[in-house]
Amino acid sequence: MSAAASEIPAAVAIPTPGSRSARARWVVIALVPAVLAAALLGLTTGAVEVSPAEVLWVLTGHLDDPFLREVILNLRLPRVLVAITVGAALAVSGVALQGLFRNPLADPGLIGVSAGAALGAVSVIVLGTTVLAPLVMALGVFTLPLAAFAGGLGTTWLVYRLASHGGHTSVATLLLGGIAINAIAGAATGMLIYMADDQQLRTLTFWNMGSLAHAGWTLWAVSAGLVMLALACMPLVARALNGLMLGESVASHLGFPVHRIKTLVVVTAALAVGASVAIAGIIGFVGLVVPHLLRLTIGPDHRYLLPASALGGALLLLLADALARIIVAPAELPIGLLTSLLGGPFFLWLLLRQKGRLG
Amino acid sequence: MNTQALAKVSHLVVERGGRYLLDQAYLEAHPGNVHVLVGPNGAGKSTLLSVMAGDLRPSSGEVTWCGQALDQWCPHALARCRAVLPQENVVTFPLTAWEVAEMGRLPHRTPDRDARIVREALDRAGVLHLSGRDYRSLSGGERQRVQMARVLAQVHDTGPDQPGLLLLDEPTSALDVRHQLRLMELLRVDAARGRTILVVLHDLNLAAAYADHITVLKDGKVVASGTPAQVMRAETITHAWGVECLVERDSLTGCPWVRMRYGLGRATAHREHAA
Repeated sequence: MSAAASEIPAAVAIPTPGSRSARARWVVIALVPAVLAAALLGLTTGAVEVSPAEVLWVLTGHLDDPFLREVILNLRLPRVLVAITVGAALAVSGVALQGLFRNPLADPGLIGVSAGAALGAVSVIVLGTTVLAPLVMALGVFTLPLAAFAGGLGTTWLVYRLASHGGHTSVATLLLGGIAINAIAGAATGMLIYMADDQQLRTLTFWNMGSLAHAGWTLWAVSAGLVMLALACMPLVARALNGLMLGESVASHLGFPVHRIKTLVVVTAALAVGASVAIAGIIGFVGLVVPHLLRLTIGPDHRYLLPASALGGALLLLLADALARIIVAPAELPIGLLTSLLGGPFFLWLLLRQKGRLG
Repeated sequence: MNTQALAKVSHLVVERGGRYLLDQAYLEAHPGNVHVLVGPNGAGKSTLLSVMAGDLRPSSGEVTWCGQALDQWCPHALARCRAVLPQENVVTFPLTAWEVAEMGRLPHRTPDRDARIVREALDRAGVLHLSGRDYRSLSGGERQRVQMARVLAQVHDTGPDQPGLLLLDEPTSALDVRHQLRLMELLRVDAARGRTILVVLHDLNLAAAYADHITVLKDGKVVASGTPAQVMRAETITHAWGVECLVERDSLTGCPWVRMRYGLGRATAHREHAA
């Protein structure tokens, strides 16, 4: 605390012992080729053996084998793109919600956001031909993603109102509120499934387990657009989310418009989760595992954590999807089951580590 | 001295559920001064600081800084010249001490100077050696000093020409005696650099030794305000806190020296027992 220490010549390179931004930048850069490699793996893996060279030939239009073209362009490429979109959306909304709730345990699946989005989507599927027909007429292909978005937005808002009080968020209320919302949304979804006919039932089965397989090009394009929109908002809130790590009042002392930031985060997270639920159903734990592992390596600075999580989420889902197709080949495991099988124990491990620190 | 850089509170009333947390409170904190706010628990010190920090909307009354009402300030411009140290700081993310202090630079767009400023702030707060440590693993006193470094980094660009305001809510509450003195010396240095400093303290002798001006709050009202010599009088202290004390004068510094009459109850019991 001496005044003498105040004059340090500007030319001297200052070591920054507690800053991890240099490493963070490299991790973000290194994740790009990793995602590309995983995408290539996703295109080569499956019931039909395809070499990486053949994939590249087909993608660049140099190989005109109709069978390989069908397998790669119409079967595998869509799922790879869906995996990237959904993984990025879930991981980024996980980071954003964790920043908003100031708790690393907030996951879109755990706190009920995904369940709310699924309820919105299932309502459209089951009631789309009867009660909600005018809505489907008016919104066309946007109906499903928008309904999922509305459901996600409703639950995010509800959970936030439940758990936050005077700038503080109670983790216990957050998780308990998540259980209640998951139960309510699950029961409502169950009732809708009970009402569904055979055709709808087949469409619905995959919602609860999550799947990358059923998405068509149109639905993917619409949802990807919504996810891109949500991702584009993230750079706007990255610095504010950093400030929020010290609490809401400190963030406002640092000059951030906290209320506006909160609204923006809730809406964009719901948008991203809604869009991903619309194309792939409920896929849990991606928003929890990816941000957590990245925080361990690059620290919690959201300027790097947000892009790194987008890439990390895409990477995780690409690898999980490849695994889901390999272990029970030629069939495949629903991806949501796989992420829950891997993510559930991870969450338990986190809880064990945090024992006594939850408040 | 820039007389424009004045933090002024007038006729401040905060009413919550029929209870007056602040009742016609007033104060003027001048640049170059360390202004200390004291008072018993629940007197409204933190409430007053919260209003000045913009966390709490008053029922009536006004807070101005540099002659402009607080709510007229652009939040971003305000953040560059006014920093707040809250009483509690809970962090749930794995931030290092360096990263916490670095938060003070968020309102500024000076990436080329930030590392130097953060380093200097950590050094001044005496926690540079803790830079790489996880903030959550630090002791209460260490955390408080890291937060102080964050505050210092935030107002680093202020000085004689650029008004700066520090609002500190019990910055010494978790510090040992040596670090309490170091912190107060640090505040004197900052005041000498032209900043306006408003700080809540519990230790009356610390206040008497380092303050230019002391305001005493009780039940939301200002019961005394002036220089340490004017305010630190036995009857004022007895009136505000309801404790017996003697006020002497430190032979070396000339500052008022408050001696609490500790153990009065025990002495009475002892006398009664003897009789």
